[in-house]
Amino acid sequence: MIEINKVSKWYGEFQVLTDCSTSVAKGEVVVVCGPSGSGKSTLIKCVNGLEPFQSGTISVEGTSVGDPKTNLPKLRARVGMVFQNFELFPHLSITENLCLAQEKVLGRNHDEAMEKGLKLLDRVGLKAHAGKFPGQLSGGQQQRVAIARALAMDPIAMLFDEPTSALDPEMVNEVLDVMVQLAKEGMTMMCVTHEMGFARKVANRVIFMDRGSIVEDAHKDEFFGQPRSERAQAFLSKILHH
Amino acid sequence: MSSHFLGVDWQLVADNHELLLGGLRYSLTLTASSMAFGIVLGCVLALMRLADNALLRNIAASYVNLFRSIPLVLVIFWFYFLLPFFGFKLGPDKSVFITFAIFEAAYYCEIIRAGIQSISRGQVGAAQALGLTYAQSMRYVILPQALRNMLPLLLLQTLVLFQDTSLVTIIGIKDFMGSNVVVASNNGALKEMYTFAALGYFCVCFPLSMALKKLHKRIAVIR
Repeated sequence: MIEINKVSKWYGEFQVLTDCSTSVAKGEVVVVCGPSGSGKSTLIKCVNGLEPFQSGTISVEGTSVGDPKTNLPKLRARVGMVFQNFELFPHLSITENLCLAQEKVLGRNHDEAMEKGLKLLDRVGLKAHAGKFPGQLSGGQQQRVAIARALAMDPIAMLFDEPTSALDPEMVNEVLDVMVQLAKEGMTMMCVTHEMGFARKVANRVIFMDRGSIVEDAHKDEFFGQPRSERAQAFLSKILHH
Repeated sequence: MSSHFLGVDWQLVADNHELLLGGLRYSLTLTASSMAFGIVLGCVLALMRLADNALLRNIAASYVNLFRSIPLVLVIFWFYFLLPFFGFKLGPDKSVFITFAIFEAAYYCEIIRAGIQSISRGQVGAAQALGLTYAQSMRYVILPQALRNMLPLLLLQTLVLFQDTSLVTIIGIKDFMGSNVVVASNNGALKEMYTFAALGYFCVCFPLSMALKKLHKRIAVIR
């Protein structure tokens, strides 16, 4: 469903991505990990065109992301994205956050959008908070609302950019639970995360990135059992042995 | 019993209250209409200044720099005295409205631009990731937050605008200042009426600026 082919990206002289190629099939869950500054967030943001790239191609269900003729808003509306810092809209209530894009982008009427939004809010366990504003919720709750907001668009795939990195430790699980549930329901997911427990539980494949390149792209058992590259081995031993 | 208090001849004020109230109404209306138009134009200019397109950026920057570098009086004269030469006969009321709207837009623009830049890049990303177009992201997500954060500054600029509208007196308009000037010269009461004018402006502006300070604190807390 998502095909990434030899993608390279530069910030001026500095190359942040080098010949990255991988793919995510329908219903597959792929976890992207690696040290900070390795380009994982940049890569996932290229998938829905939030970050431009200078060479290579990315296609989502056959639509080329880098093609200037592509209607990017239309493509993005079909791919959900969840951010490290939640990025709920602070001036809008929870229900308004859930309804805005449904109404303005998909053209659903308000009642329809509201029904969908409340159903998803219930699913992430936050129905009681519908009338509140983002600032009144904890980080974990905000992130669950952000997931519901993305799901309200009926996405064909979901991108997660370090969804639990900005959370207090005791809130990480409530967000991961929602993600695990989603994975089990067959959602196509690409997740940048350091949560190796999550990767073990639901990932099909794990991609390891370092210095802008994809160093390892393997089935999860293979990755955790015997990573081929030394860099991935070193990374794993650092984050797993605590 | 003397009708003098605080150096103002209140009997004279009472005798001319219709003229003076009419003047105050004129000043307030001019302020409100130029503010409304100035903020809309200011938004457009701010978005142009932040655009990717260099031509748009340069046009907006030149506009702002031009109007911030010439005195307001000169712009009032320009529109009132010179435009008729080019075939635009606007009359004093329209010409000062346009003057204030386009002059203040330059100042509103800079306030709004700072407001937009104060919103994190992630908000634009989140809006676009949901499929909103650039225009929709600005309209529903970025501008409402930017304007809310900048509300105290926008209103403060409007207070300055209100005081600046007194300049229209020089082309003979009877705004609040102008109506005071008329009463003063007709009755040989310069000292009394100019004192009254000062009191009038003070009584409108001071409570509002106090209220703005409170608002500023409240918005800082909400953020």
